[in-house]
Amino acid sequence: MSPVMSAPLLQVAGLGKRFGGFVALDNISLDIKEGERVGLIGPNGSGKSTLVNCLSGTQRHDAGSVRFDGQSFDGLPAYRRTRLGLARSFQLPKPFRSLTVVQNLHVPLLFTAKHRGGAHLSSADIDARCEELLRMVALDGKAKARPRDLTQIEMRKLELARAMAAAPKLLIADEAMAGLSHSEIDDIIALLMKLNAAGVTVVLIEHIMRAVMSFSERLICLVAGKKIADGAPQEVVRNPDVERAYLGE
Amino acid sequence: MKNGTFWLLTALAVIAIFAASRLLTNDYYFFAGYVVLQYVVLATAWNILGGYTGYINFGTAGFFAIGAYASVVLHQLWGPPIPVLILVGGVLSGLVGLGMGVLTLRLKGVFFAIGTLALAIVVQTLVTNWDFVGGSRGVYIIRPATAPFFGSYIHYLFFVMLALAGLAVAIARSIEHSTLGFGLAAVRDEEQAAEAAGVPTLKLKLISTTISGALMGMAGAPLPYYVTYLDPSSGFNLAYAVNAIAMPLVGGMTSWIGPVLGAVFLGIIQQAATVMIESSLNLLLVGVLLVLFVVAAPNGLIGLWRPRRARAPS
Amino acid sequence: MFADLLLNAIVSGIVLGGFYAAVSVGLAISFGMLDIGNLAHPAFVVLGSFCVYVLNQRWGIDPILASLLMTPLFFALGAALYEIYYFSFERRGEEGLRGLAFFFGILFITEVALILGFGVDYRFVQAPYIDATMHFGDIDLAWRTLVPCLCAFAMIGALQLFMSKTYIGRAILAVSQDSLALRLMAINPSRVKLIAFALSIATAAIAGALLIIIQPVEPSIGRDYIGRVFAIVVLGGMGSFPGMLAAAILLGVAESLTATFYGPSWAPAVSFGILLLTLAFRPAGILGRT
Repeated sequence: MSPVMSAPLLQVAGLGKRFGGFVALDNISLDIKEGERVGLIGPNGSGKSTLVNCLSGTQRHDAGSVRFDGQSFDGLPAYRRTRLGLARSFQLPKPFRSLTVVQNLHVPLLFTAKHRGGAHLSSADIDARCEELLRMVALDGKAKARPRDLTQIEMRKLELARAMAAAPKLLIADEAMAGLSHSEIDDIIALLMKLNAAGVTVVLIEHIMRAVMSFSERLICLVAGKKIADGAPQEVVRNPDVERAYLGE
Repeated sequence: MKNGTFWLLTALAVIAIFAASRLLTNDYYFFAGYVVLQYVVLATAWNILGGYTGYINFGTAGFFAIGAYASVVLHQLWGPPIPVLILVGGVLSGLVGLGMGVLTLRLKGVFFAIGTLALAIVVQTLVTNWDFVGGSRGVYIIRPATAPFFGSYIHYLFFVMLALAGLAVAIARSIEHSTLGFGLAAVRDEEQAAEAAGVPTLKLKLISTTISGALMGMAGAPLPYYVTYLDPSSGFNLAYAVNAIAMPLVGGMTSWIGPVLGAVFLGIIQQAATVMIESSLNLLLVGVLLVLFVVAAPNGLIGLWRPRRARAPS
Repeated sequence: MFADLLLNAIVSGIVLGGFYAAVSVGLAISFGMLDIGNLAHPAFVVLGSFCVYVLNQRWGIDPILASLLMTPLFFALGAALYEIYYFSFERRGEEGLRGLAFFFGILFITEVALILGFGVDYRFVQAPYIDATMHFGDIDLAWRTLVPCLCAFAMIGALQLFMSKTYIGRAILAVSQDSLALRLMAINPSRVKLIAFALSIATAAIAGALLIIIQPVEPSIGRDYIGRVFAIVVLGGMGSFPGMLAAAILLGVAESLTATFYGPSWAPAVSFGILLLTLAFRPAGILGRT
């Protein structure tokens, strides 16, 4: 890390979101520095998914501001945010069902490549990138398969690979590990670690504490739309508010 | 096959079909053929928005009639040649498609669909109340007897529609095999995920509605000369809306071949039925086929024939 | 003179709006609450009109009574239709495009079947209250329009009570908001949706009677109503009955004023124009949920 204090990659200030009378996000503020590995935890309904949606642009926030890489994200549609370097995977995989696995990766490559670094990818480049991504998630044997032929776990991996295909500076992985086996969880963590080592900032949203604890340098806890803890994982986990929120988990 | 090659082959096919048609002596085939080809254009245009992008348009009649009535206006004013009418019809309908999209494409697909229905009725009401184009009484257009080089005018109209059909098919295929088509497929399959993957979904949807609307307007432009009497109830006939949906659905929505198959299949059935049985019965047939296929054969004729090749849009 | 015209236009608009609400309440259930884009709803209303016509012509049965006799049949029809819809689309998660196309086809088939059965002539019913007109000072109110409006209020009131007081009614409200929660309560959401959809078609029978009382009916008249009912349901905030009623009256008054001052041939543009504007600028409706 450079000794010079640079502005955080992601700056969230006073973020708020309501659905009718229901307050989903209440005055959320946080900063994420480049290269960090951040875990986001919280019970069901605490607003984690809403936060991801507001950061990625899938939903518009009602109050507060989001700044990414020195640029304001307020009012920017999701596709622009992805092109500027913030990508997310979906909790429930949403593959493009009429396309093959490798074509699923073509989409982000075709639509973000020009805007990231200005280079125009040749079709050979695209094929090479796809192969590399598929190998990273161990799906290289299924390049020509259709999403309906994949297992749940494979679809999760495709979901992650598709987010990675956009070559993001910051990747938000939304509950990618639910229902996976021990070794599969380890695989995903190793994958995310490798990404992080290559310079990608990763925000991991998870329920599986083992995964979150081993991966994160920093932990943020959300309860009922409010941020109640933000710091080193060991401390956050011992925070009495956090314990109460999970009721002995 | 590269796009350029396909365009060339299509142009050759148009010329070949027309040359072959000249061997027919009965003008009836040209009249009937015009209608079938018109449906090829409408079905192909509809499918660009419906099958490729996943947004259903119930207002085909509106876009189609804009082309037809623009021709009426121009005819009353100074009577330009048909290619000019087609251009004007295309531009106007394209603009309306764009406007329509801007108003409703930010919403869920079902609202867009209802919006298209609303648009068709609004346009119909405007036309019905506009005396310059005949209002509800309708307007008579004199069809010239001959056209230079083609001889009989109806042969000319047939050729025009044949060329339009070729154009529509070539455009559809180009879209299918382009980055635009890829993006549209992503929008159709999972719009939120497409947006998250960097696809400018609104922009692509607007492009799709504009092209679709423009082609429908182009199909309508020669209509006044074909029917010679045009009134709102025939120009905005619900049969256009139903057929434009039924034909791609029956033929298959995943490729340019589907709308062509559906248009030829249903078009010929209807032409035969109109001659042999009551015309209401033939519309009933289209409705029944539409429901049957949408329930039992979602991938259309393409799907029945080559089930693995066809991709199922959801 | 102008004030007279204006007053009459507004009053008849309100009464008309009440009737429109009766036609729309079924769609408020199927589209507003169940998210089923039943484009064919107006066709079923017209079907109801023709059934009532037959009973009225053959056996002289009062139209409203006739429609009440028809409701069980329409309920069964709705149930059958939902089964096909569910089996073909909802089960596979493909409701969107194909569901709409399906109902569009049904709309078409129903209309053409009616044309084949009855021809394109206008049909009307006979009843003692159809020809009389009431006068309140400067306001003229035809019974022909007042009776449907009053029946509409009665029907919607009854439905509102049903939705809020009975077990099934509350289940329907619940399924429109959260079918997962319903499942956790061991209630099968599909059964509830079946009943709700069948109910929506049953209302079409009654609305059909009201329609043929208000005006003579021919098979393709349903098309004029597609825009109206969708505009009313969307403007009314999808599932909300009070919202729908307010929207219906608003639309009725707008159409009545347009017809009085600009001519009846502009009336269709009013409802569809309002629909387009609502979709473009305020899709949540006037009282709606976000």
